[in-house]
Amino acid sequence: MRAALFVTCMVDLFAPEVGDATVAVLRAGGCDVTVPRGQVCCGQPAWNSGFADDAAAVARTSLAALSADDAEVIVVPAGSCATMIRVFWPELFEVVGDHEAAAQARALAGRTRELTELLATLPMPPLAATEAMSVAYHHSCHMLRELRVEQQPEQLLDAVGGIERVDWSAGQRCCGFGGLFSCKLPETSVAMADDKLGTLAEEAPGAILVGADTSCLMQMRTRAEHEGNPIVTRHIAEVLAAALP
Amino acid sequence: MSTTTPPPAHHLLEGTTLRERTRDATTDLRLRASIGKAVVRFSNGRVEALSHLEDPTALRAAARRVRHDVLARLPAVLDRFADNVIANGGHVHWARDGDDANAYIAAVAARIGARSVVKGKSMASEETALNEALQAAGTSVVETDLGEWIIQLAGQTPSHIIAPAVHLDRFQVRDILQPEATDGRVLGTEPEELAAFAREQLRARFLAADLGVTGCNLGIAETGSILLVENEGNGRLSTTVPRVHVAIMGMERLVDTWEQADLLVNLLARSGTGQHLSTYTNIITGPRRAGEADGPDELHVVILDNGRSDVLGSDLHESLACIRCGACLNVCPVYRQVGGHAYGWVYSGPIGAVLTPLLAGQHDEAAELGNASTLCGACMDACPVMIPLQDLLLSLRRRKAADAGVAERAAWRAWSATWGRPRTYRASLKAATTGRSLTGVLGGFPGAARWTEGRTTPVPATRTFTERWNHAER
Repeated sequence: MRAALFVTCMVDLFAPEVGDATVAVLRAGGCDVTVPRGQVCCGQPAWNSGFADDAAAVARTSLAALSADDAEVIVVPAGSCATMIRVFWPELFEVVGDHEAAAQARALAGRTRELTELLATLPMPPLAATEAMSVAYHHSCHMLRELRVEQQPEQLLDAVGGIERVDWSAGQRCCGFGGLFSCKLPETSVAMADDKLGTLAEEAPGAILVGADTSCLMQMRTRAEHEGNPIVTRHIAEVLAAALP
Repeated sequence: MSTTTPPPAHHLLEGTTLRERTRDATTDLRLRASIGKAVVRFSNGRVEALSHLEDPTALRAAARRVRHDVLARLPAVLDRFADNVIANGGHVHWARDGDDANAYIAAVAARIGARSVVKGKSMASEETALNEALQAAGTSVVETDLGEWIIQLAGQTPSHIIAPAVHLDRFQVRDILQPEATDGRVLGTEPEELAAFAREQLRARFLAADLGVTGCNLGIAETGSILLVENEGNGRLSTTVPRVHVAIMGMERLVDTWEQADLLVNLLARSGTGQHLSTYTNIITGPRRAGEADGPDELHVVILDNGRSDVLGSDLHESLACIRCGACLNVCPVYRQVGGHAYGWVYSGPIGAVLTPLLAGQHDEAAELGNASTLCGACMDACPVMIPLQDLLLSLRRRKAADAGVAERAAWRAWSATWGRPRTYRASLKAATTGRSLTGVLGGFPGAARWTEGRTTPVPATRTFTERWNHAER
């Protein structure tokens, strides 16, 4: 299967190692990976701030780049950006009155997959962690409640030898990132991160915090760092790639 | 009429920003502890109570259809309701806004020479600031829902749609109730003792009251009935002991048939408190008839518009489907940290963030409430009538963006001009990786510098993924 990667601005800029890991696990699952040229951001910051025209200007460029690639699937290593493409692009283009782009976005939505959603359908080789570890999974909101991708990431982690996944009561609670929410109401955003980090420390001390969105992980990691909390965060692609044979 | 009404005391919004209010709330650890405990109890209760239903999702979908059906033909259903209230011997007043509703109720109180009013819990009367209006007219008003009584004594507003004093712990409640013990008793802090004390105090107020004012969970058009759910019996006493009962009903709180009411009642308490049914479900059809032992001599229904007509048919009309169960507050991670007062008006949580800009009048302070959310969607999943709250919050943000100032507009225009073209997008990322700084990337977003308040600064990688990939491909 050929998979075209939508890198996302967060991974491109802050976490290229997540991009590398994504490519590695996709190849291990039998995918031929391409990275369509000309892609930019998905436009979500502007869309969530109410500036639909500016969101559309950016999204239109990525839509053209991805639509030009005839790969069977577009794969996105971020639940939030995958949701933007699949759920909100068609709506966004309708809101700004660009019906042609909306139709193109709907066609693209049908072959767009969040990374773990796709991996769960691939014939993956047996995975084993190099050393035993305990992990706690953070469900990112858009992935959980818009894409309804809930079990796949947990099942992928559970299939890795040497990994013990710990259930925790705040696993499905928002981390407080929310895009520019984090800067508009910083005190509340940080309080939400503390709620998650505090629950994690209580219920799964020592566990590595694993998620499928670089943005959520950045929110929790930078808050933890600021507070001298030694919690380790990892993107699920990194955890899986490190366990490849 | 409206000139004699005092300015509503409930407009906490004015003069404060959402950030100021939420910041203050997050520093109040006692508040966060009280709220945190309550919302976990309520939301776990909701999940448990819904699990007893055969197919809760199908029921929620049916409830959504009922609300949409009623809203789609609201004028006709309202007329049917009003006609039947009158046929039952009741009176109907159509109130254009809060002042209009308050003036009508004050006039009823004056006509019957009411000296004291007892009130059951009513968010609509909070919306109109009825207590202040009646007190200004010289009538004493006592809230009889325990939580409402506590916040009335404390001079506060509700911090939750169904649990108005949820932000207070039992020690704070004891301190608020203590001055009411005029016989020198020292109150303890056990909830049972405090509730017994409140019961004893309020019982005397019921017996002395001339007028009872309540809200209305649902009007049922086919029989002109008012459905009122509660847990303390205060609603039943408020509607039966005083000579006159006035119910104040939001214009949209209506169903056509008993069958529809049955479906919504089935979901209301389950979604709100996790009860299968509230302790009391009062159904009031007209005043006391000849030969009947209970009920008031007069029954008035005040149907409150207060901006709702303008919402009908708008991009935010689904907010009118709300049945005020409070489930969205209980699951909201923002509400969980800041409580209800930070929203600045009478309604809080995700539904409050949508309703306040629509019903509290045109305030800049209200318009920014769309930002009181991470758009996590937990509210949508909890709502018994499936209101897509995060979509409504996004609509509010678009409305606000349409009124944005020049600087904010220019910042977004500059961002989209740069990030909308591959060449300039790549140059922007290149600059960030070279300088290992975000200034050129996110510096243009208003307020982006606030990231570092409480967090370390994220540092860009030395080389983007795309650069690495292109290099490897060559």
